[in-house]
Amino acid sequence: MGTHLPSTEFDETAVDDQREADAEAVMGEPLAPMVQLLGPDGKLGADPVFTEYADRLMPEALRGLYADMAAIRRFDVEATALQRQGQLALWVPLTGQEAAQIGSGRASQPQDYIFPTYREHGVALTRDVDLAELLRQFRGVSNGGWNPKDTNFHLYTLVLAAQTLHAVGYAMGIQRDQKLAAASSTGGRERDAAVIAYFGDGASSEGDVHESMVFASSYNAPVVFFCQNNHWAISVPTNVQTRVPLSNRAKGYGFPGIRVDGNDVIAVHAVTEWALEHARQGKGPVLIEAFTYRVGAHTTADDPTKYRPSSEEDAWRAKDPLLRLEKYLRAEGLADDAFFAKVKADGDELAAYVRRTTHDLETPDIRSAFANTYAEAHPLVAEELAWFEEYSAGFAGEEPAAEPAGQAAAKAGH
Amino acid sequence: MTTMTIAKAINEGLRATLAGNPKSLLMGEDIGPLGGVYRVTDGLIGEFGPDRVVDTPLAESGIIGTAIGLALRGYSPVCEIQFDGFVFPGFNQITTQLAKMHARSNGNLTVPVVIRIPYGGGIGSVEHHSESPEALFAHTAGLRIITPSNPHDAYWMIQQAVECQDPVIFFEPKRRYWLKGDVDVETPGPSSDPFKAHVLRAGTDATIVAYGPLVPVALAAANAAEEDGRSVEVIDLRSISPLDFDTVTASVQKTGRLIVAHEAPTFGGIGGEIAARISERAFHSLEAPVIRVGGFHMPYPVAKVEEDYLPDIDRILEALDRALSY
Ligand SMILES: Cc1ncc(C[n+]2csc(CCOP(=O)(O)OP(=O)(O)O)c2C)c(N)n1
Repeated sequence: MGTHLPSTEFDETAVDDQREADAEAVMGEPLAPMVQLLGPDGKLGADPVFTEYADRLMPEALRGLYADMAAIRRFDVEATALQRQGQLALWVPLTGQEAAQIGSGRASQPQDYIFPTYREHGVALTRDVDLAELLRQFRGVSNGGWNPKDTNFHLYTLVLAAQTLHAVGYAMGIQRDQKLAAASSTGGRERDAAVIAYFGDGASSEGDVHESMVFASSYNAPVVFFCQNNHWAISVPTNVQTRVPLSNRAKGYGFPGIRVDGNDVIAVHAVTEWALEHARQGKGPVLIEAFTYRVGAHTTADDPTKYRPSSEEDAWRAKDPLLRLEKYLRAEGLADDAFFAKVKADGDELAAYVRRTTHDLETPDIRSAFANTYAEAHPLVAEELAWFEEYSAGFAGEEPAAEPAGQAAAKAGH
Repeated sequence: MTTMTIAKAINEGLRATLAGNPKSLLMGEDIGPLGGVYRVTDGLIGEFGPDRVVDTPLAESGIIGTAIGLALRGYSPVCEIQFDGFVFPGFNQITTQLAKMHARSNGNLTVPVVIRIPYGGGIGSVEHHSESPEALFAHTAGLRIITPSNPHDAYWMIQQAVECQDPVIFFEPKRRYWLKGDVDVETPGPSSDPFKAHVLRAGTDATIVAYGPLVPVALAAANAAEEDGRSVEVIDLRSISPLDFDTVTASVQKTGRLIVAHEAPTFGGIGGEIAARISERAFHSLEAPVIRVGGFHMPYPVAKVEEDYLPDIDRILEALDRALSY
């Protein structure tokens, strides 16, 4: 997996240069260069493998990628504001990672199944998840919020890396479906499906990622591991998680690893499309490391000024994935002011919709938790529900007891 | 009616499941050509092939995590954990993912995964091969936990576990794998609900509740007590979660005395839960405090002293004496 393009974009990032030099020393061989198609100057370069994939993107699709990135950034700003106003318990911003998410999500097909971590709002957008539903978890009215079966976009998982194993198992299920379909000669689209598992550079240290790659490799499962290396796991930099570029790990498991410029939406799209085709054709797993940056805080509870210099953030802001595509679209005459104005207006409309609906997100009745603990009837749950009903009935018509002032304030303030 | 061991009965139950449910599959370490370290899956790979009887990489989190993914795709995986003490690398997947998937999806997703774990002591093995971790799982909502004590139950309960839409931990009393008994392969009879307790022996003076490996011990204690003129009822719990308190309560209302026996350490164990519930439900029927008989608060001891650790007939009889002395 090589590219002829020098990765000029990253030459100035001294931190990473040092890491790469270290890695080279550790491994005793030069690193595969990073795949980049759209340069920071907005010019499209060539790549022996991936140009073919980039060429499939018609102007409409390119404009779509831009519109998606702009929409999800606008959404991110709105959700952050909603959190600040106390409407959400927490928010996990994605700004900076739009290209990695939109590029990969748009490269998937409806029949592919996606296992996100918890920051993949952009991928959710590409899978047509209602973004208001996505906020249910952060508003504290659900631990999920959408039905994964509707969009093939799984629930967010907060235990880091746990979902990578679910992804591989799901991919093993696809393989079995293909065999069953072949045996019953109904055929169908089953044979075309693959799975993407998203995780971060921090999560890559978890044992489950290792086990998932072992299983994926052993069974040649149709799964694409998509690691967004956004450089920080809360306050811990990537070089504490790994001495070599994460994509290099794939080699040890026996499948391809590709390092892609995660701020280049065209390259991410091309590489992911290639990887999904590879998986769907029965050629096994692929690891993609999208080299990107989390520009803002880890969550709204985080303070990045305590662990990283603002100059680092500034350097990465200059590599903004949206600006780069905008330059290209304008230079090639693929989009004009009217287009960008429309994108902005659509974003504002989305934000207004999300703001409106967040307030209306219904607080569930705790009875639904009783109902959903088990799929089948369960006597202990039934007994406790009956107790709860009787207990609650005793308060009928009464005002709820006042909480001590301090306690109520602590709850409201999060 | 045929006679077979518990190990064979589980083997036959799995065979029936694999034959009847094309979406079922077995996963685990060494379960293929070897047939598992206890040979519970013996011969199944020959009949159903390596796609249905899957020798997995050596990774417990991997086995359970991928089983969850397979279940999300519509399959019914039955995972074998080689020994009780080795389930912990997979504990995270069981408690944070498997148990909660249905709830966190607001009921939209079901993950009918079965996890088979040989458990309990009495086999003279080395450390991590003789543990009773059932309370650690029972405390987690979303899981069901059952354990057969005889071949007939073993045959039927494993099949019922696979049919259940909730995740089921299936604890196999490993020191009873070679226990023989009659199995009616035509009909489950009273075993048709795997989550209900069975009254194995009627009595009027006291009740002993046990499950899995201690059921034969409880029965033997009751028989010994009968020689002393005491009439003891014995209940095989069969299901640890949910726990059939109705059956236990009804028995205590009749006998007035309750002894709960399990191999797991007494502190924080299932016995404490039973004692607390029964004292709430049947306080006025109780003639004596509920007495627990169990393992000590120590890591499972070395094989040479496990006889001192494991509840035996005498320890149960001592508890019975105490209960009857009130
Ligand atoms: C198993 C586990 N341990 C710790 C945490 C707490 N935690 C939440 S996010 C995070 C950092 C994750 O970093 P990374 O995987 O790089 O993903 P990012 O948030 O940067 O996208 C940590 C430590 C967790 N969610 N799960």
